[in-house]
Amino acid sequence: MAEEVVGIGAEAVLIKTELYGFTVIKKVRVPKPYRNPEFDRMIRYTRTVTEAKIMIEAKTLGIPCPSIIEVDPYEGLIIMDYIDGARLSDILSKLTPKSRNEIFYTIGKYVGKLHKHGIIHGDLTTSNMLLCKNRIYLIDFGLSYYSYQLEDRGVDMHLFLRALESTHYNLSAPLFDKVIKGYSEIMGKDEAEKIIKKIKEIRSRGRYVKERRKTKSYLCYEE
Amino acid sequence: MNLLNKELVVLGIESTAHTYGVGIATSSGRIIVNVNSVYVPTKGGIHPREAAEHHSKVSAETLKRALDLSGLDIRNDIDGIAVALGPGMGPCLRVGCSVARALACYLDKPLIPVNHAVAHIEIARLTTSSKDPLIVYVSGGNTVIMAYSEGRYRVFGETLDIALGNCIDVFAREVGLGHPGVPAVEQMATRGKKFIQLPYTVKGQDVSFSGLLTMALRLAKEGRYKLEDLCYSLIETAYNMVVEVAERALAHTRKRELILTGGVARSRVLQEKLKKVCEIHDARFAVVPDEYAGDNGAMIAYTGALALKHRITIPLEKSFIRQRWRVEEVDVPWLRK
Repeated sequence: MAEEVVGIGAEAVLIKTELYGFTVIKKVRVPKPYRNPEFDRMIRYTRTVTEAKIMIEAKTLGIPCPSIIEVDPYEGLIIMDYIDGARLSDILSKLTPKSRNEIFYTIGKYVGKLHKHGIIHGDLTTSNMLLCKNRIYLIDFGLSYYSYQLEDRGVDMHLFLRALESTHYNLSAPLFDKVIKGYSEIMGKDEAEKIIKKIKEIRSRGRYVKERRKTKSYLCYEE
Repeated sequence: MNLLNKELVVLGIESTAHTYGVGIATSSGRIIVNVNSVYVPTKGGIHPREAAEHHSKVSAETLKRALDLSGLDIRNDIDGIAVALGPGMGPCLRVGCSVARALACYLDKPLIPVNHAVAHIEIARLTTSSKDPLIVYVSGGNTVIMAYSEGRYRVFGETLDIALGNCIDVFAREVGLGHPGVPAVEQMATRGKKFIQLPYTVKGQDVSFSGLLTMALRLAKEGRYKLEDLCYSLIETAYNMVVEVAERALAHTRKRELILTGGVARSRVLQEKLKKVCEIHDARFAVVPDEYAGDNGAMIAYTGALALKHRITIPLEKSFIRQRWRVEEVDVPWLRK
């Protein structure tokens, strides 16, 4: 089977090819021409290693994500199995409200599981979630890291909310509520409340936030 | 009056930070004049009160020069008075706003509220002829990656603490490279060879420069490294953070254009990096011309003209300044398809 470039992400090139009879994805962190070479090598190496480690761990937590087949950190290369699904960001508006709600509830549960085991995804956007045979797969753990800190968990969730708002603005508030529900299911009510408080606090740190401490919802600005 | 078919002429006033500017522009994008007076502190950073004093001192003269240069009659040729109500420094904003209110009231013209960040975007879109770009807005007070979606400019990522320009300016000032800091540090950096690892903070789509600044200043004081190496490493690290977030936004939103605007848009190093990113993602790269990069009156006038065309005005009694006016709060009906 020929190699086919299926995606050029911000950091890596994704190549679809075949290995041991499986369809696989080769994720190559290519050197960036705009970065100092030494800096570039360092950042590609650490991100490749961490990504592979964390994906294997996520799998053991029962979170659907691609399986790791091979890793070469010096080349910034990870080979993983190919998930034949659609990016959630592309199909979100076509889904029924009911299945949208279910999906975001499940995502909330997955994020809860990761956080419970000290993993921060680091790049939760709907482009990093694939829908395949009614299962949601989390992909791109390239910015993941280990932490049990509420601050880091909050930033992780805040980013997800922000990504929702910037791409599916009209749906963001109700869908994020579902995420919180699923998260609460895994982490417990107390932790979920803490995370909501944290998200608001992180929001309020943003520049030019109106009435810094008086926001009622996640949304810090008026409609 | 049928506003949609008429070319409107608007006078705009900018006074959000160090610049007091008066511009006159039309709704079709003709910049008639752009007169600006920049407050440069004798030492330290911008003191809001001193900047405001500067603004009140130059306001009459700036307005007069703009009108003289334009050859227009303010009573008969101008359709509205636009003012940057925010975001910015309170004392500075009040000067521009008072002048604008007085003009609008005395001449019986509509007063048009303009958001400073939106104005930076619109002047960049106008001068680069771009339609629906990803916007990288970097200046002394702002570092934001934005894109248009559903009626407003939405923030994709921004700084969690200080702005890119602020980070480099403060470093320049503290190590004695003077003001403006960005060109001075970049000049110094061209002689740098050694890359020193400094805190690189990308949190999701957001960036943070405060740790980077603290560390760079500490190393500068310790004197272990050459200043040119530190300058090189500082801008390399700081710019890479912005560029990484911009690249992620470009991949995520799949916009076909990227524009760079704001005072730090003048940075040739940052331009070069973003240009390379655009080549990778097959997007068009464009940068606002130097004269419209920093704060200026023309961008307020042009954005005001667009707004007036869509009947966006504000009654005098409601025209309060808005120090923390976020870009997401502002409708931009002229982009609606």
